[in-house]
Parts: sequence; structure tokens; C-alpha cells
Amino acid sequence: MQTGGPGLQPSKLWYLLLLLPFLAMFWVASYNAKEPEWAGIPFFYWYQLLWIWIGAGLILIVYFATSRSRR
Amino acid sequence: MPVNWVALVVFVLLFGAITVLGFLAVHWRRGDLGLLHEWGLAGGRFGTLVTWFLLGGDLYTAYTFIAVPALMFGAGALGFFAVPYTIMAYPIVLVVFPRLWSVARQHGYVTASDFVRGRYGNKWLALAVAVTGIVATMPYIALQLVGIQVVIAALGIEGSGYWADAPLVIAFVILAAFTYTSGLRAPAAIAIVKDMLIWITVIAAIVIIPIQLGGYGKIFAAVPDAKLLLARPQGNSLGSYSAYITLAFGSALALFLYPHAVTGVLSSSDRRVIARNAALLPAYSFLLALIALLGFMAIAAGVDKAPEFAGLAKQYPRNFAIPALFLASFPSWFVGVAFAAIAIGALVPAAIMSIAASNLWTRNIYREFIRPDCTPAQEAQMAKFVSLVVKFGALVFIVSLPLQYAINLQLLGGVWIIQTLPAVIFGLYTRWFHDWALFIGWLAGIVTGTAMAASQGFAPTYALQFAGLTIPCYIALATVVLNLVIAIVLTAVFNAIGTVRGGDETRAEHYV
Repeated sequence: MQTGGPGLQPSKLWYLLLLLPFLAMFWVASYNAKEPEWAGIPFFYWYQLLWIWIGAGLILIVYFATSRSRR
Repeated sequence: MPVNWVALVVFVLLFGAITVLGFLAVHWRRGDLGLLHEWGLAGGRFGTLVTWFLLGGDLYTAYTFIAVPALMFGAGALGFFAVPYTIMAYPIVLVVFPRLWSVARQHGYVTASDFVRGRYGNKWLALAVAVTGIVATMPYIALQLVGIQVVIAALGIEGSGYWADAPLVIAFVILAAFTYTSGLRAPAAIAIVKDMLIWITVIAAIVIIPIQLGGYGKIFAAVPDAKLLLARPQGNSLGSYSAYITLAFGSALALFLYPHAVTGVLSSSDRRVIARNAALLPAYSFLLALIALLGFMAIAAGVDKAPEFAGLAKQYPRNFAIPALFLASFPSWFVGVAFAAIAIGALVPAAIMSIAASNLWTRNIYREFIRPDCTPAQEAQMAKFVSLVVKFGALVFIVSLPLQYAINLQLLGGVWIIQTLPAVIFGLYTRWFHDWALFIGWLAGIVTGTAMAASQGFAPTYALQFAGLTIPCYIALATVVLNLVIAIVLTAVFNAIGTVRGGDETRAEHYV
């Protein structure tokens, strides 16, 4: 396993990506709105729906990135 | 309501089919069901796809599918907290739960309490975790039966006196019988069918019903402004914003502490199965979000104003919304499919929950304290028997007590189960905590949480006051923080005065 420099192994940094869904969701004021609508759906709803997929995507990325380094 | 015969026939046929499946499941990846590991964890043989179906059926229960849209229907945007809840739960699953799988596989742990016993060497702490798990699971099983009750009533089946509960009892007997014979394999096999039915039902619903109602724009326009979005916090309060996100975050932390989730995790064949499912299970979150929106469709369809649903609405306020919506929107045969999906969607988690609760009893109370020298066959037999008792208890509870009791106990269950977080989750990473400090923290969390919930009339949030701000906070989250702080402080104290600690039978390499 290679070291990226002093301190953290490269693979551990990938886990920081998983903080993004928490940050997005905690900032409620940023999404408690009707506009901009999409397909008749208020922002509050489609934004959180979108984050389901972004969150799943981030998990997939972290899964593949961290398992590659486990040789 | 008159009996809906077409729907009923379809319903009974589908129900009959999964009953047969439940009994046949005993032959699936055959193992010796006279062993607890085989009965209670299906021998730990489930691969990625089966685990996806199992956990999907386990976590997304009939009660979820009735209650989440019912909350949207009644309270509006706040009910959508289920979505950020699942968004935040899965990163935690990816990072934390493969470690539980690995250490459990290494040592033959069947429950979270087994792990705590091995990690901390303190059988009282392990007992605390076991009892918490059992008690938190029971109301959840009871509420699944409510899901079945609602759809049976919506099919128009009414009886008087004891006959009113007959269909529920029949469903219970079927559930009890195939769980007894096949153990975890039964709900796993049925989950596959159930999940397919749910997907079909929901996809049909989100396509057909908006067409009938004139499009999504019209649906949201029918929702009063006060319900459409969260109420803007006023003055010095974080108001609905903190209520929303603490409900979501606290629920995310607690989700995989529930025994039925632990059982699902430990029945996997490999730690990578869990990691993959952390990425794949969010598909069900999407399903849940769509189901939540059905609550708004029910508003737009005016099911609360329709005279044909008045009786149902009276019997099951709020919870009637989705069955009523389906009755108003689908042809009768498809209503049968949809209702079967919901009813079967109750059986799967009820089965897994009863297995999980009985695993806890058998391993961590019976074998630990009552009969340490029991043979594996006796262990498995005890587990099978207890799963019957647990289900029977849930049935009696639902039939004889007001629904509100079950709902209140379910809330308390969430507050209690999260108190096992310091011992279980932190325990997967470090042995720094002192076992007795964790025990006292647990006790403090349980007592405070119960008192807080009771003081709020079993509403889930409590208005914390901090630095001049009012912060409505989900009680489970507030109390687990208290629990953790106490555990930290007492660990430092106990370490300083040299209090004896229990032994740790695990090693760092067992977790990876």
C-alpha cells in the first residue's frame, strides 16, 4: 500500500466524501423552498430526492476507491 | 364499506402463494434448522442480492408505507424527514457495519449483545443491550399488524366482536407457522416477492394517479401552504428546522441498532455484501420518498372528504389515507395486488423482528443467565418457541389496546434503542470506554428519554434551551448525547481510580 505523504493514507480521505450528504441535509434553510420547481414538484421535494441518488453515488465511489487499496 | 370481492380474491391468492413459499423456504440453501445459527441467521449464507431484498423488506415495512404518507397527509412536509433519514443512514452503514460483521463472524456472535459481551466482558452491559433490543422491537411488530388491519378493513371485511379480528389472527397464524419451520429463510424468500409487488404498486401509483389528478403541479397545488413546506422558524427558535433534521439524524443513528437490522447484517455471507448494500439499498429510499408523496396525492384526491371512506377514516384516522387512495384510483384487481403488497410487507419485517428478538432472548438471557449448559438443539428450540411468544404478545397487544399505545411505545423504542449506540458503535472502534461507565450512560439515557417523552405526551421532540436559543430536538438524539457525555466522564473517572474493567476477547484485526 502506498503512502500519499506524511499522516493519512490516501484511501482514508475518500471517506470525507461521505460527509457531504450530512452537510447538505443539515442546512435545512437552503432547501425549504418552493422555487425552483421541476416538473411541478417544489424544490424542497426534488432536492432531497436528488440527494438520495447523490448519496448512493458517493457511497459507490467510496466503496470502490477504498476497496482497491486493500490488496 | 361493502366487501370488495375482486380485490379480496386477488389478495387471498397472493397471500396463499407466499404462505406456500414461506414453508418451502426451509429447503433453500439447506441447513440444519436445529441450530440457532441456521434458524436465526440462515447460516449466514445470503449474498448481495438476497440481502438487498431481505434488508429492503426488513427496513421498509408495511408500517413505514402506511405511516409515512399518513404523516405527510396529516402534518405535511415534516413527514418527509424519512428521506434525509435514509440519506444519512447509509454512509453510516458503509463505514460501521462491515466491522460488526467481521468481528461477529470471527467469534460466532449472533446478536449485538453477543458482541458487547465479547468486547467488554461485562454480562450486565450485554444484558442491558439485549433487553433494550427486545423491548424496542415489540411495539414495532405490533405496528406491522396494524398495517394488515388497515388493509383488511379497506377490503370491506368487517366483523363484530371477536370475528372482527379473525383475519388478523389467520395472518398471524400463517406468519408464526412458517417462521417456526423455516426461520430467517422464510422472510428472506417472501421479501423477494413482496419487494417486487411493492415496486410494481408504487411505480403504477406514481404514474397513474398523477395522470388521474392532472399532473404533479396540480397535486402540490392542492396541498395547503402550511403543509407544503416546513414552517419558517420564528424569533429565537430553530423551530421546525431543527425538529426535522434531528428527527432524521437521530433515526439514522438508531436504524441499524435495531435487532432486526443487526440480524439482516449478520445473515450476509461476506462483509462486502453489506458494503455493497449500503450503495444499493438507497433505491428503497427513493421508493419511500415516492410513497411519502402518495400522502399528498391522497390530499389532492380528496379521500378525507369522500363519503365512501368516512367509516374507514373514522376507524383509522390518517392511516386510512393510502388504502383509500388506492381504492379510489385503481381497478379492483390491482387494489388486491397493492393491498397484498402491504400485508405481505407487514409479514416480512414482523417475522424478522420476532426472530431477532428471540435470538436476543435465547443467546443473551436464556443461555447467558438461565441455562448456560443448553445444547445447540435446545437453544434453537427455545428460539423457535420464543418467536411464537413474541408474535402472540404483539397480536394480543394490538387487538386489546388502543392503537395510540403501540405508537407511543414505538416512539419510546426509538429513544431506548439509540442508547445502545455508545456501547455498540464506539465499541467497534475502541475499547477506551469503561464498561460500567457505558452501563450508567445507558441507564441515564433510558430514564431521561422516557421522562422527556412522557412529559411531551409522547411527541417525539423536546424543546432544548441553550444559549438563549430554543432548539426543538428529537428526544432520542438529545439523550444519546447525554448518555455519551456521561460515559466519557465516568470512563475518565473510573480509569483514574483504577476500577476493574471487563476483559476483551476481540483483537483489532478481527474487525477488518
